[in-house]
Amino acid sequence: MEKQAVQRAKEAFVTGRSRPLEFRVQQLKSLLRMITDRQGEIATALKQDINRSQFDTSLFELIGLENEINLAVSKLAQWAAPRPVERSLLTISDEVYIQPEPLGVVLIIGAWNYPWALTLQPLVGAIAAGNAAVIKPSELSEYSASLLKSLLPRYLDQELYPVVCGGVSETQELLRQRFDHVFYTGNSTVGRLVMEAAARHLTPVTLELGGKSPCYIDKNVDLRVACRRITWGKFVNCGQTCIAPDYILCEPSIQNRLVEGIRQTLLEFYGPDPKSSPDYGRIINQRHFNRVMALLEGYTAAVGGQSDASQRYIAPTVVKDVPPHARLMQEEIFGPVLPIVTVSDVDDAIHFINEREKPLALYVFSSNKKVIKRMLAETTSGGVTVNDVMMQYTLSSLPFGGVGQSGMGRYHGKHTFDQLSHLRACLVKSLGMEGVNMARYPPQDPQKARRVRLAMRTPLVDFSRGTYVWAVSATVVAVGLLVALTVILLLAAGISCTCW
Amino acid sequence: MANQSEVIDRLRATFRSGMTIPEQFRMNQLQKLLSLVEENEQLIIDALHKDLHKPKFESVLSEIQITLNDLYFAIENLRTWMQPEYNIGKNLATRMDECFIRREPLGVVLIIGAWNYPLHLILLPLVAAIAAGNCVILKPSEICQATEQLLAELIPKYLSQDCYAVLCGGAEETKSLLKNRFDHIFYTGSQAVARSILLAAAPHLTPVTLELGGKSPCFIYGRIDIQKAARRLCWSKFFNTGQSCVAPDYVLCTVETRDALLPAIQETLLSFYGSDPGEGPDMGRIVTLRHWRRLVDMLRKSKGKVVIGGDSREEDKYIAPTVLVDVPEADSLMQEEIFGPILPILTIESLEEGIDYINRQEKPLALYVFSDESSVVSTVLNNTSSGGFCGNDGIVHMALPGLPFGGVGASGMGSYHGRWGFETFSHRRSCMNRSWLLEMVNVLRYPPYSEYNLGWLRWATTLKKGSWGGCTVM
Repeated sequence: MEKQAVQRAKEAFVTGRSRPLEFRVQQLKSLLRMITDRQGEIATALKQDINRSQFDTSLFELIGLENEINLAVSKLAQWAAPRPVERSLLTISDEVYIQPEPLGVVLIIGAWNYPWALTLQPLVGAIAAGNAAVIKPSELSEYSASLLKSLLPRYLDQELYPVVCGGVSETQELLRQRFDHVFYTGNSTVGRLVMEAAARHLTPVTLELGGKSPCYIDKNVDLRVACRRITWGKFVNCGQTCIAPDYILCEPSIQNRLVEGIRQTLLEFYGPDPKSSPDYGRIINQRHFNRVMALLEGYTAAVGGQSDASQRYIAPTVVKDVPPHARLMQEEIFGPVLPIVTVSDVDDAIHFINEREKPLALYVFSSNKKVIKRMLAETTSGGVTVNDVMMQYTLSSLPFGGVGQSGMGRYHGKHTFDQLSHLRACLVKSLGMEGVNMARYPPQDPQKARRVRLAMRTPLVDFSRGTYVWAVSATVVAVGLLVALTVILLLAAGISCTCW
Repeated sequence: MANQSEVIDRLRATFRSGMTIPEQFRMNQLQKLLSLVEENEQLIIDALHKDLHKPKFESVLSEIQITLNDLYFAIENLRTWMQPEYNIGKNLATRMDECFIRREPLGVVLIIGAWNYPLHLILLPLVAAIAAGNCVILKPSEICQATEQLLAELIPKYLSQDCYAVLCGGAEETKSLLKNRFDHIFYTGSQAVARSILLAAAPHLTPVTLELGGKSPCFIYGRIDIQKAARRLCWSKFFNTGQSCVAPDYVLCTVETRDALLPAIQETLLSFYGSDPGEGPDMGRIVTLRHWRRLVDMLRKSKGKVVIGGDSREEDKYIAPTVLVDVPEADSLMQEEIFGPILPILTIESLEEGIDYINRQEKPLALYVFSDESSVVSTVLNNTSSGGFCGNDGIVHMALPGLPFGGVGASGMGSYHGRWGFETFSHRRSCMNRSWLLEMVNVLRYPPYSEYNLGWLRWATTLKKGSWGGCTVM
């Protein structure tokens, strides 16, 4: 069944109907209609999957998607147009440009924590780039998966964009087929398997993975605001966000105030009993619930710690003085548990971060420019937000992706378009100017060689600072001289005229 | 191999120390690499001649000059490339924030060279990797022994030994090298080996650039100055004895064009190499006996008719510039990339027939069209795909540092040359420096949620018509 869907998508792509810009725009607008018309159903599915509040759904999934679609629709002509390129002496009379082209059939494997955004945002880029796409939503968010399966064919071209549902074996079957690109969002264990499967077909991949995103809090910071921003980012979607601040690094002197600040904020956000707040989520399934609870074993919570397995509820939890070798610090938590690890100073924090795998996100809270500069210069990560969390995700002009174990490739906005296109280098010469070419043909001699070497040098025009300054001053002087000349001529004409 | 791991660990320690990061260091190393090439031109030419019988002219043009050009380009532009990119479109919510993209080095990267252009195919990626601030392990092709030895000797002499190392060896050594973890692997070569490299990279989640090959088709169609086309075709095809990943592999044309083309090719070959190409200094040789045998075998099995050349000599691995006609689609010459001085001509009755044929094969690294009719050029361009494209010439599109050089599909993934190489070996880190102000706007996003807040947030974050840059509050 998977094989058939892929085959049909391939055949549909070959017909060329996904290429014309009008078609792409029409499909994107249709996708937008689906999201806006079916908001209610989507919100219901998410509530059933992960107890997502309707506000979070709107905010975290749908608004972002709508904006991405609107951006793609308004910019598509620009993105898809040939992009001109610098020339050399040898190619001065030629057309030199880069032409974005569709790749073919893209496989998009979605994730369960933001099942709509993380499955459909790559699809927006795939459609915009003129590809066909096979969409495989995560089976863990089963209500969303089956809703997507029933909705998408009603709005989009059924052959070009089929939805294939299923679990591990269906995904493995899909991965046996050959695609022109595979876009996977999820964890690094499966990420490795995806890359391995794609390797057999020499298929390029985009892997949006995760990791432990550190959050360093400088001691001289406005803790009130910092706590509110961190608490929001950490406990939204019950901590199940790839760019949530995974753990905190701070000096021992501020730890207690930090804990108090978070406790206070939690009270403001979810009330004294988060379990009964409509705004607080649940863990996706029993297996993940057990996994997160196991991480807490042996530690006493400074805040929260309660749980209810029947509801897959874990209270917003903070743990103090966590040792670096604790289980909590070995894997991405992906849950509402916030460990605080104390470090002696910013040097210690940088060292701590660099000893570990490159994370998807890094957060720094500080009002000290030097500290911020050092953190940026001496660490690496997929992305960074300073003095807030997660916001680097929200700007579509910033490429979103990981590095090292947190992933490869990037997307959002135009970056998705570029990621799912082939940027084809094009040089169209004329058969004229053959005189210049003659130098490169055998039989060879030193004079010919010198001429070719000269003609091959680029750049054509030296835009270095020195030349620029020279050019500007020369122009100024020349204009000055011209003015002076004009004045002299006028005066000379005036003197010789006796009329006045 | 213990030696390999030691070297990699040493380079990793150097990278951690931050030595390769400052602009001054990178510039200094690039200047040293420039000296390496400039001061050893004759040695390089000699090594290439020993390995490939490469004429001095070809060595200078396609190995030395192209490397020098890339170095000049990198040195001149390094500062610009290293600058954080601030020109990022912002939206309402981030108007007060500093948003930029930093380019950061990846760490320790592995560059595996190829044998057909053993100098530039390893040095151009090296230029990009140094410019991007990485430490580099170079693994030159063992097939070109003189060049391999020269690189192993010169690189440590000119460049910092703490940051850049040359590891030599064959298939076994490469396999064991690949067991180690790198931050990027850059490979130029064949598809079969590429697969095993990707499979070795997957467990480490290492990103890979693959510069492969394929059968690059060449259309000669419509109104055309056949003499000029023949000259450019012959130059691109027989340069480096046809052993170029972007050499036009085979020609597609009508019977009439073919009949006009053959005498033009004959005349061109005469003017290029004289009556006996095997005697003159300007025709190269096949790299090894094994490759020579493969080509001779392919030629022997072919059902096409040899109309030009066809002779070969085992002692010096020589194959004459050879042209065949009446080559069927399923011919031995049409099964794999030729990579030699053998040019099959396939006749087509229409452009569509040729395009259909091409689209039934794997996506090639390059695609060529010789035609004076721009409609022919654009029809082929719009209905096919390939790594790169060149109209009315061959190979030269890869000499422009502004154009990305790379494949698509079976011909490869990723690209390099000029700034594209720098980007390949860098991580683009998105940075947002939020202001402490506007907390009252932030408040809208916090629980307890309300319709009222959502309404305002929606208004503030929905893209207005005519504006750009989306915003979500995630």
